[in-house]
Amino acid sequence: MRFKKIYSITCSILLMLSVNAYAETNNKECFEKVSRGIFKFNQGFDKVILKPVAKGYNKLPEPIRNGTSNFTSNIATLLSIPNHLLQGEIRLAGHASGSFLINTTVGVLGLGNPAGLMGLENQKEDLGQTLGTYGVPGGCYFVLPILGPTNVRDSVGMVIDNNYLDPFARVTWHEKEIKNISGTKIDYLGVKAASAVDFRGDNMTNFESLEKNSIDLYAATKSLYLQNRKNKINNSSGDEDDWGNLDN
Amino acid sequence: MKKLSLILVSFFLVLKIAYANTYSSDPQIFIKELVNDAISKLSDKNLTEDEKKNFVEKIAIENVDINALSLYTLGELRKTTDKNILEKYQEAFKNYFLKSLTSRLTDYSSNKFEIINAEKKSSNYTIVRSKIVSSDNQPEIKIDWRVYTKNPEKPLIRDLIVEGLSLARTQKEEFSSILNSNNNDINFLISKLEEFINS
Repeated sequence: MRFKKIYSITCSILLMLSVNAYAETNNKECFEKVSRGIFKFNQGFDKVILKPVAKGYNKLPEPIRNGTSNFTSNIATLLSIPNHLLQGEIRLAGHASGSFLINTTVGVLGLGNPAGLMGLENQKEDLGQTLGTYGVPGGCYFVLPILGPTNVRDSVGMVIDNNYLDPFARVTWHEKEIKNISGTKIDYLGVKAASAVDFRGDNMTNFESLEKNSIDLYAATKSLYLQNRKNKINNSSGDEDDWGNLDN
Repeated sequence: MKKLSLILVSFFLVLKIAYANTYSSDPQIFIKELVNDAISKLSDKNLTEDEKKNFVEKIAIENVDINALSLYTLGELRKTTDKNILEKYQEAFKNYFLKSLTSRLTDYSSNKFEIINAEKKSSNYTIVRSKIVSSDNQPEIKIDWRVYTKNPEKPLIRDLIVEGLSLARTQKEEFSSILNSNNNDINFLISKLEEFINS
């Protein structure tokens, strides 16, 4: 059984590398028409469900919204810790561990963020970013239903995160008991949904502005996703100069 | 005497109007003055929508390097495009840019703006770091301004980097996608821009 799992991970990584080699050299998407269709579906989902819920969420008192944001961020820290370690970022792993411990106890299950006030950094990391720091290219860009934009590296990373690296997913989605802590798939989906609504609510103006001013919203979203991932992998602020010979 | 004072008053009025939108040549102060000016005008309830639009267009034409931005967003195609078509594209881009800028600035004009610092990247570029302070319905937003300083007396804005995401690069990749799907036909891109301007 264990061998089967290792075999499937190895195959996924090999597939990812081969597809990446193709995509990087051609700088194209693998299934753009399908992705554009899924993107439209996601826009419909956003219009009918996510946006109205996020609008309602934004009307809640600020302490409730901050508490939700802190709570989901604190749970996400559990995934950041192993990824900091895999990237050799011992200092950041220490900060994230300290942040999780303090916020879960002093911060009452992560609803508060006293660790932030103490100056502990809590940078979100996932396996897609970790693979990126190892030099694995992103590869094919595509869009997943509900989950949104991704690429081969990040989607393979997401599957491995969910199955092996994320303790919260292990306890809830996979219903594995760790040190007498147990959960269900509903807990997992609840936290992910809260996180999505919080993000959507925070970015209401940004989304509206982007939608209003884009002549190809799909392409603009793709560009923003890829820039964001690149910045996260490089831990940079995205102000690199690519204006080239326009300066001469 | 009455005529003379009338002439003098008119002269000072003309001077005041002419220099009303002249900002500092120091990139950090330039951005601060420009944005505060824009926010105060856009949130002024005594101004009509047309007056606000005209103001934004005026400061954008004077302080944003729209010409360079139009060439940057076209990518490599700018090198092989016929001069007349390129001019047509630049005109369409300018109108598209001004329309979308007015819309974007109006979206964010009710928020408080603060300059953080400035970093000189080269003799041509300074990055001015700023933020829109968090409000009830929006968290803090970091905005970096790429200021072109080749002429130190007249800094020009070339890009806005919102939370690490470059608007110029996003625009370039959006245009590139449209061109790739239409055999690199610049006329198709121009028609899409005109569609947006007339919408």
